[in-house]
Amino acid sequence: MRKINLLVSITAICTMVFLYIPLLSVAFFSVNDTKYGMVWKGFTLDWYLKLFQNEMILHAAWNTLVLAIVSTIVSTLLGTILAIGMDRFPWPRKMNTTLDLILHLPVIIPDIIFAAAMVVAFGFLRALSSMFEPGLLNMIIAHITFQTAFVALVVRSRLVSIGKEVEEAARDLYADTTYLLLKVTLPLLMPGIVAGAMLAFTLSLDDFVISFFTAGPDSVTLPLYIYAAVRRVVTPQIHALSTLVLMVTIIMVICMERFTRKVNIK
Amino acid sequence: MNKLLIWYGELITGKKLIKRGLLFLTPGMLWLILFLVLPGLILVVVSFAGRGAYGELVWEFGLGNYKRLIGYGIFGWTPDYLLILWRSVWVAVVTTALSVLLSYPLCFYIARKPPRTRYLWLTIVIIPFWTNMVIRTYAWFLILAPDMPLAKLAAFFKFIAPGMPLYPSAFAVYLGMISMFLPFVALPLFSSIERLDWTLVEAAQDLYASNTRVFMHAILPQTLPGLSVGIILTLVPAMGMFVVPDLLGGAKYMLVGNLIQQQFGTSRDWAFGAAISMGLMVLTMFSLYLYKRRNKDIDLL
Amino acid sequence: MKGLQLRGINKTYGNVKAVEDVSQEIHSGEFFTLLGPSGCGKTTLLRMIAGLELQDSGTIILEGEEITALPAIRRQINTVFQSYALFPHLNIFENVAFGLRSRKVPGPEVDKRVKKTLEMLELGQMTKRFPHQLSGGQNQRVALARALVNEPKVLLLDEPMSALDAKLRAQVQVELRRLQQKLGQTFILVTHDQDEALVVSDRIAVMKDGKIIQFGTPVEVYESPKNKFVAEFLGTANLIEGTYHDGQFHTELGIFELEKPPSWKKGLIAIRPEWIRISDTKPDKNGIRATVTEMIYRGTNLDLWLSPGPIRLRTSTYKNIQIGDQVWLDMAPKEIAVLNE
Repeated sequence: MRKINLLVSITAICTMVFLYIPLLSVAFFSVNDTKYGMVWKGFTLDWYLKLFQNEMILHAAWNTLVLAIVSTIVSTLLGTILAIGMDRFPWPRKMNTTLDLILHLPVIIPDIIFAAAMVVAFGFLRALSSMFEPGLLNMIIAHITFQTAFVALVVRSRLVSIGKEVEEAARDLYADTTYLLLKVTLPLLMPGIVAGAMLAFTLSLDDFVISFFTAGPDSVTLPLYIYAAVRRVVTPQIHALSTLVLMVTIIMVICMERFTRKVNIK
Repeated sequence: MNKLLIWYGELITGKKLIKRGLLFLTPGMLWLILFLVLPGLILVVVSFAGRGAYGELVWEFGLGNYKRLIGYGIFGWTPDYLLILWRSVWVAVVTTALSVLLSYPLCFYIARKPPRTRYLWLTIVIIPFWTNMVIRTYAWFLILAPDMPLAKLAAFFKFIAPGMPLYPSAFAVYLGMISMFLPFVALPLFSSIERLDWTLVEAAQDLYASNTRVFMHAILPQTLPGLSVGIILTLVPAMGMFVVPDLLGGAKYMLVGNLIQQQFGTSRDWAFGAAISMGLMVLTMFSLYLYKRRNKDIDLL
Repeated sequence: MKGLQLRGINKTYGNVKAVEDVSQEIHSGEFFTLLGPSGCGKTTLLRMIAGLELQDSGTIILEGEEITALPAIRRQINTVFQSYALFPHLNIFENVAFGLRSRKVPGPEVDKRVKKTLEMLELGQMTKRFPHQLSGGQNQRVALARALVNEPKVLLLDEPMSALDAKLRAQVQVELRRLQQKLGQTFILVTHDQDEALVVSDRIAVMKDGKIIQFGTPVEVYESPKNKFVAEFLGTANLIEGTYHDGQFHTELGIFELEKPPSWKKGLIAIRPEWIRISDTKPDKNGIRATVTEMIYRGTNLDLWLSPGPIRLRTSTYKNIQIGDQVWLDMAPKEIAVLNE
């Protein structure tokens, strides 16, 4: 057994190293004082400072944020209402399975297919209105679409776990529909809504494929900017930008973990 | 329909309840139908259309795109596209298998940590899961660069010319894919392993079962729910992966994702792009079907 | 008219008749128990009284006023749920205050009434805690307080003790009985536990397959079961088959004398294990010679299996007995229950 334990530990540590070495080297070279090559030339924060002077990067960061915030707000609203609509009404079985299938579509189909469908759909919509030229609006619409499904799934599973009995108890204790919704259902649902919103926000920040297919020249987001840059040449400035994005991710993951654990303990 | 019924403790007529339900259902469903179901259907229709001289859609329906996908072109039959499809499936399967192989030791290692540090370790696995895939992919550029040990080693054994990076190549694609999808397997697997009943494992060891038998009979069945979620979460998106082969495989190791992107990008052949998407969709549905048949009562989320 | 009347209540789910033609009167201030195995419709009946389930037909009358068509929020009836269904996001005080607050009772009065109820149930120290910080027994009392604070005309209890362990349950049963007697309120309890029913109730209705098959005081139901099901569901019983003629009951075990002649020719009698006495000499009437085949020592008493039969017997006095001993069994006529169905 001891031999196996050792083997397991070594493999596990190697796997961790394998996962982190690329990310750590990005962080490492982001503070390296040379523009070219892979040799250590001393510590510098120049690349980070230059990020904040780069108009294009600032614009991309702004786009990323607008996209994530707007789409998260809309999708959290849509998804929560949809989840309540699906779980709290006596729909016939067939209808339930159909709705369920639609909700799972963005989860199961590869995102590139969804992106392709969006390109074609916006192509048709463009014939109706020039609003649908590739750009931020299209990206927001596309993001809301897959986020809504994820939010609805998270909120719905929370609704299922709240169950029927607490609401019946509230009715038994003379609560009318409004009082029930405000004092029981929504407070109990809040952890699910927040978790759904956080998931939606991270999904939006993380998305590349769907943004790539729906973006216009003026709506470049950070992932798109990094992609375009590394296809030409990899620079320390990109490393610095990536390291910042990585740090934001780490903070968000820690917040999300803390939040879900706190809710689970309660 | 207009009968009274009691629903969640409320006395209400069926008609009123349904009306209220539709009110809740409409905004979200309308959105999903408009921007998910309808575009999907349009994509199906477009896959039967044709391409005009300037990349515009031509409404002449036929099976031309699909014939082209399976290799019949103006110059006779070539297996190029089929090869790319097959390669995508193969890469996805290998990626999944290796990710599973690496995930078990990783999850056991974390599960054995005391509860206080266990979640710290888990967070460490989750962070790459949420890190942007473009960053995670291009990061391999640095590891595979000519000056780095891996490329030097490869040059020493004459796999590549000295001074060349290890990308683009099939090897780079596999590295990128596994590091991309490993957390997809590890996280669901961990939730199963954390709940593992070790008394069963001890009982098996007590009965002098070999390590393989202990794994097959005491561990595998218990971790199957997490494992199968992990497999499906890897296999399906891995087949449609676009960023990794694009950055690390280039023209040398194209996958179906790149092919689709090409049609909507430089080639401007939406109809053919739609047909390839349908091909990928069929592959996806087939693997989901296999999965559903084996795991009737395992939920995806 | 006081109390609660159920008249001709019916409820079906698909093809299953959950409750079938139940008519029952529950007196004001009594502790009434619906007793039966799971799936007998007792919980459905309780939920219909609460207004959480809709009957297909029938009427419910509370203190002379028909409430059949009233929703739960208009019925002055409160429920203690099986899972307690406490609000996890509210502290104990707010949980108990919920019913008063939703009816817009003024704040000072809410304070007074909640405090009084919490004191009564010895929860005065817990007001700021949350349900997940309390033990099962404490949560059960919170559920009770949350219902009682509304001063309901009828309090419904849906298997409120099923989540407690055996020892605590026995204690809580006695406490519940005392509480009900102190308050003088109408309690309706649903349970599948016959001991619980006997301990707490003024009257018990035994249910099976959606119907009430017997109701009466605990003594009546236990000592004069109407049929085989009631005899066996409440405690254990030796059921003896035979025919009645010439003023005597003829069975395979022997001939018995009964207190009153039964209404049938061929049928069953029941005698509880603890009602049979062991005797060294042949009793005057209904004596049976039997051999001890198996015995189980239970501390307070001794359980015996005897042949022929086998007959089950429970004794707490006769202890120096061994397997293989031959004894006389005394089944006095007044101890024998005649089953009428």
